[in-house]
Formats: sequence, structure tokens, C-alpha cells
Amino acid sequence: MFKRSILALALLSALAPGVARAQQATLVFTAIPDEDETRLVERFNKYARYFQVKLGVPVKYLPVKSYPAAVTAFTNNQVQFAWFGGLTGVQARLAVPGSQALAQGAEDVQFKSYFIAHTSTGLQHAKEFPKGIEGKTFTFGARASTSGRLFPEYYIREALGKEPEKAFSRVGYSGDHSRTIQLVQSGAYQVGVLNHLVWEQEVKSGKVDTKAVSVIWETPTYPDYHWVARGDVDKTFGAGFTDRLKASILAIDDPELLAIFDRTKFIPAKNEDYKAIEDVGKLTGLIN
Amino acid sequence: MNRLAFGNTSLLFLISALLCLALADIAITTLNPWGELLRLVRGILRPDLLSVEAWSVVWTVAFAVIGVSIGATAGLLLAIAFPHFAAVRASALGLRSIHELFWALLLIQVFGLGPMTGVLAIALPYAGIFAKVFAEIIEEADLSAEKVLPTGTSAAAAFAFARLPVVAERFKTYTLYRLECGLRSTLVLGFVGLPTVGFHLEGYFKQGKYSEAAALLATFYVLIGTRRLWARPATVPFLLIASLLLLPEATGGGSVIANLVRFVTHDIVPAPLRGADLGSLATWSTFAGWLHTIVAKQILPGTWNTVVLAQIALVGMGLLALALFPLVSRQFMGTLGQPAGRLLLVIVRSTPEYMLAYVLLQLLGPSMLPAIIALALHNGAIVGYLMGRHADALDYRPDAPKGLNLYAYDTTPRLYGQFLAYNLYRWEIIVRESAIFGILGVATLGYHVDAAISELRFDVAVVLILATVGLCALIDILSRRLRRALRISTLATRLADAPATHEV
Repeated sequence: MFKRSILALALLSALAPGVARAQQATLVFTAIPDEDETRLVERFNKYARYFQVKLGVPVKYLPVKSYPAAVTAFTNNQVQFAWFGGLTGVQARLAVPGSQALAQGAEDVQFKSYFIAHTSTGLQHAKEFPKGIEGKTFTFGARASTSGRLFPEYYIREALGKEPEKAFSRVGYSGDHSRTIQLVQSGAYQVGVLNHLVWEQEVKSGKVDTKAVSVIWETPTYPDYHWVARGDVDKTFGAGFTDRLKASILAIDDPELLAIFDRTKFIPAKNEDYKAIEDVGKLTGLIN
Repeated sequence: MNRLAFGNTSLLFLISALLCLALADIAITTLNPWGELLRLVRGILRPDLLSVEAWSVVWTVAFAVIGVSIGATAGLLLAIAFPHFAAVRASALGLRSIHELFWALLLIQVFGLGPMTGVLAIALPYAGIFAKVFAEIIEEADLSAEKVLPTGTSAAAAFAFARLPVVAERFKTYTLYRLECGLRSTLVLGFVGLPTVGFHLEGYFKQGKYSEAAALLATFYVLIGTRRLWARPATVPFLLIASLLLLPEATGGGSVIANLVRFVTHDIVPAPLRGADLGSLATWSTFAGWLHTIVAKQILPGTWNTVVLAQIALVGMGLLALALFPLVSRQFMGTLGQPAGRLLLVIVRSTPEYMLAYVLLQLLGPSMLPAIIALALHNGAIVGYLMGRHADALDYRPDAPKGLNLYAYDTTPRLYGQFLAYNLYRWEIIVRESAIFGILGVATLGYHVDAAISELRFDVAVVLILATVGLCALIDILSRRLRRALRISTLATRLADAPATHEV
């Protein structure tokens, strides 16, 4: 037993090079897991193949389970670029100085959130902020979601004059947009908020029981999802690599690839486009 | 006299749980759970076995085998020093008081999402557990061989030749049993993104793909249920080598050293102290304010909620164990009924609490209730299983009563001390496990840790994790004192020590 344990320890040292070996120049990317992860790996492997052909370097996709895990992979240089939401993108750029926003979906310039409610609440669709949601049970999406948390929280604070924990009888964080729909639909929470694209998509695919849950308010628009690359990518992959990466994203016109993101095309983005997110992040205390 | 103490203790716990129940947040708020329940039942009845990804099963075993092996090795070394150094005892307590989930979340910051994180997230807490258990086994060992050693025998030689042979068998049994726990722990690794069975399980449950989830769970039950067949002393070397060869490769780069430096010198340094003048009074007053906010807004209310939740779950576990244990006892179920009962309890205890809680969240709505039920079920099945084994190890009179009379007047009274010993031992475990229920919208300590990590405030997360460690240590001490006062501190508390049954 004892001898065997020593063997185990010796073998552990064989593990360590696995970490060092990963230093080879493979370009790795990730994406925040913001909705149903059905075949997420399969879908993003299509992107990996696309980038590999366009850029001539090995490209891999790293699946993650949560928003902060995506940011951490970026901070650790485990991935060199990523598809972030507005807030996670800002978090990532603050954590890795020199990083750049590369591109966003055409739809991301004017993104919005939908507040949804269970029919039993009696809340109806309205133009103004639905003040009747006060005192109900409420679920956000992921804690670090822009459309499922940050801007909704900002508008809640603005309209009701208090933080969500005080405004609602219970506040939950479902984890992702699809789950928010599920939880409000089953009545587990009375009201919720999510990314408008995911709502449209799930309604279209027949996954939503529109008799049980409906949209009661649309937020004003804000900038959201974007591709971000680390500042040191050129150092590893050669001068001008970041520009080539950006160009290869903007050149995506294959409807199948675009459908994965539910976007019509990608357009250029720059860090300043997300100033509003940083400001709101500071206002709500989500960013230091 | 002892029986009175047992009664009083039980009553005390029962009353405290009732009080907590009155204060707890356990409203059923869901409006239409039936649709989801129907889908769940339909999925379970039609498991989609083809969807099981074989590699995730291989990786589950690989992470468990390597993690537990390293944990056992380190634990053994720590155990030898355990009685001599308070620092060793304290670090072992620290290691095991942090839930695997938190270890994984912290380790990812340094090692990234890769095999090293997975292995260490199991090895570190397990080293702490092994250190404690191995030290206890050594302490309880028969010392007659050591007493006859010639004077001047070195401590190492005395250990190797007089103690090790006496305790080796128990080390072996315990280590192999721990492998089962290791398999369960890999599920949690999946929830943070490592490619174990847990990775897919979480995804399936999240998306309501119950057929796929049921198939994966069934695979996992088989893996656990057959552990005695494939994890034997003779197969251990093979398992180890195969696991090392098959462990998933790391994806992506990043320097561990750079990450470690950043994590230690920046991320976990309290925000007010980062790059501040440590000689200035203003810095420390900002720091005090920072700490005060965390204590007042998160630690105190979080601890309260954790304790309330754990107290109810603990008593729920006890009641459930008392109700369930006859199911796995031959004395009650006969030779035919017993295997069925055992299968049921293996299934219940192998179902990850997190999954149970998530399903219950859909059915009952967000409150403490899903977490309480999940914890009580999981732990109740474990204690019930152990009690059943004790029930069969008792000597019964030839004219012993049957059925309810046997249960109420013979078996249960005789096992009651043992029952309390198990309950008190699992008290701390329940508190630690309650950490992973943050998603239910119940503001336990785990909920605040989850929030801190989402906001990338690792300094806050570390303070909260330390608070969790403190709470676990406190309960550990309390439980030990109670067990000593009740004179049940020498009774079995671990699965490996429960009387053996004739297993296939």
C-alpha cells in the first residue's frame, strides 16, 4: 500500500508536464454559455475549423460551464480570444490590460432585455416600466449576464428606487436565459428577465408555453455581446495576427455559422463602445 | 443513565430543528410543477442509453482514482505527523473543511480548466480527510507489537514494522471505500467544466433532457454499485496507470506560475490593501470597513441561513435513516427483500444532491425546501444503509419478536447510541455540503461565494470560504464533545468500519 502510494506520487510528477506542454501555439477560444448547451461543443467546433482554415494555425474551442469561468480562462491565457457578453467582456478587458474588442453582431449594437411574467400575476405588456412587479418573486439569468442581470438591475433600481433584494420578495439567479423561461413558465418565479434574442428564438421553436408566460416590458437598448482578444496575441502568433483574426470574424458570411449566434453578420467593435456597460457596472456595484 | 442522555440529546435536536423550521424560508411557491414532473417521469422511464458519452465515464474514473490515490498518500504522510504537530492537525482540518466545489473554483484560477485542477480538487480535501481517519486508525491500533521493540528503535522503523502491519488492512478498506466518494466528487468537477459525467449531467438537467440524464445516472449507479468488483487491491496498480494515461489533455495555454503570482499577489489580496500604503492608518480603516461589510452583510446572515438549513436537514436525515434502515436488514426484509432495499438506498445515496435539489426547485419553487429534502435524502440513505448493517450484526435471541415489535423494542433501542454517533458525525458534513446550494436563491454562505466569484472578487470569496471553514470546525468540535459526553465516541462513524455483510 505504502509503496503503491509512492508510485502514485511519482506518477503525479508525470502529470505536471501536461500543463507545461500546453504551451504550444494552439489558438484557443471560448464563449459564455448563455443558453441551452445542446451540441454547443459541436457547434463551436465548426467555428474552430473555420478559424483554422482562415488563419493557418491550430484552433480549438474550450467549453466552459459559467460566465466567470469564461473570464478566468481568458485572464489565465488559457484562451486567447472569446465571445463575451457586454459585462463579461468588460470584466475580461479590465483583468487583462491591452485586450481589445474586435467585433460584435449587427444585433448587438442595440440589444435589449425582455421582462417576462407568469400569467397568474395578471401583469400585462406595457410601454412603461412595470412597477407592479415590486414584491413579486423575481429571477435574473446568470449573475454576470448583461441582458439577464446588469441592465435589468439598473432599470429596476432606477424605477423602484431600491436594490433588487429589497424590491422583490425573492431574487434568484437561474444561470442562463433558457432556464429563466423555464422557471417563470413553471411558476417557480413569478417574474424574470432575459436576452430578447433567446426569447424570440425559443418562442419560434415552440419551446415556450405563451399561455403561461409572456413579455411585459422591453428595456431601452444597450450594447452587448462581442468578440475580445488578448493584447499579447500578436506576440505569440506573429505581428498583425489580431488584425487577421478580426478580419476573419468580419468575413463570416456562411448562414450556418451565423445562425449559431443568431446574428445576421458581424461588424467591427472597439473598446469605447462598451463604456456604458462599465459605467452601469460601477453604478450597480458589479465592477469595482 | 445513558438512555436518558440519548433521549435528551435527540429531543434537543428535534426541538431545535422545529424552531428552525418555524424560522426557515420553506414556502412552496411554484404554480404549475406538473408539466415538468411529467417530463421527468417520462424521461426516467425511457433512458436514452446511446447518448452516454463513454469518455466521460472513463474520465470520471480516472479523476477519482488519481485524486484519491494522491489524497491517500499525502494523508498517510500527514497522519504520521498528526499526533505530534498541532499545525498538521490544523492544516488537515483546513484542507477538508473546504468543499471540493470551492477547491475547484479556486484551483481553476491558477491551473486553468484542466486535469491538474480536477485531480487537486479531489486530492487536497481528501488528504485532509485521510489524515484524520488514518491518524484515528493508528491511534486505535493494537500496540502490543510496538511494546516489545528493543529500545533505540527509530520512530520510522517502529512505524513500519510494528504499526503499519496492524493497520494496513483497515487503511486498504477505507481507501477503497473512499474511491466511491471520489467518484461522487468528480460530478462536482463536471459542474465547473471538467469533462466528467457531471459535465453532461448538469447540462441535461438544466435543459430538461431527462432521458439522457436518466441514462447517464444509471451508468453512474452501475459504476458505484460495482465498485467492489473493479476496485480491488490487485487492480489498483492497473487502475492507476490506466487513469494516468487516459486523463484528458489540457486544452489551451497559460503559465501556471504567472497565474499563481497574480492570484496570490493580486486577486486574493483584499481590495483596499492592493497597492496601498500599508503603513498608513487610512488604508487599514478602509480595510476594516471592507471587512465589516462582508461580515455584516454576508457572513452573519449567510451563517445563520446555513445553520438553519443544516439543522433541519440533519434531523430530517435522522428520521429518514430510522425509517429506512430496516429495508437493508436481513432481519427485517429476509434474504430476498434485502438486496432490493440495498439497491434502493445505493441509488438514493449516489444521486447527486445538486441534481435532486434542481429537480425539486422546479417542483416546489425556490426556497430552502429543495436543499433540505436533497440533503436529508442523500445522507439519510447513507446512515440508513450503515444502520441496516449494524442491525444484522446484532445477536438476536431465538425468540426475538418480529416486525414492528422487533423494530421498536429490540433493534432500534440497542442501536440508538450508534445511530446518534452517525448523526453527530454527519453534522459537519451536512454543513459543508450545504455550500453547493447557492443557486436556489437561499442566501447561505455558498450563495455569497457564488456571487463573489461571478463578480471576480476572489478576495471576498476567500474570506467567505474561511468563514465556512470556521463554521465547520466549530461544529466538528461540538459534535466531538457531544459524542464524548454521550460515551459514544468510540463507536463506528465511517462506512468502512460498519460491520461487514455478505455481499456478492
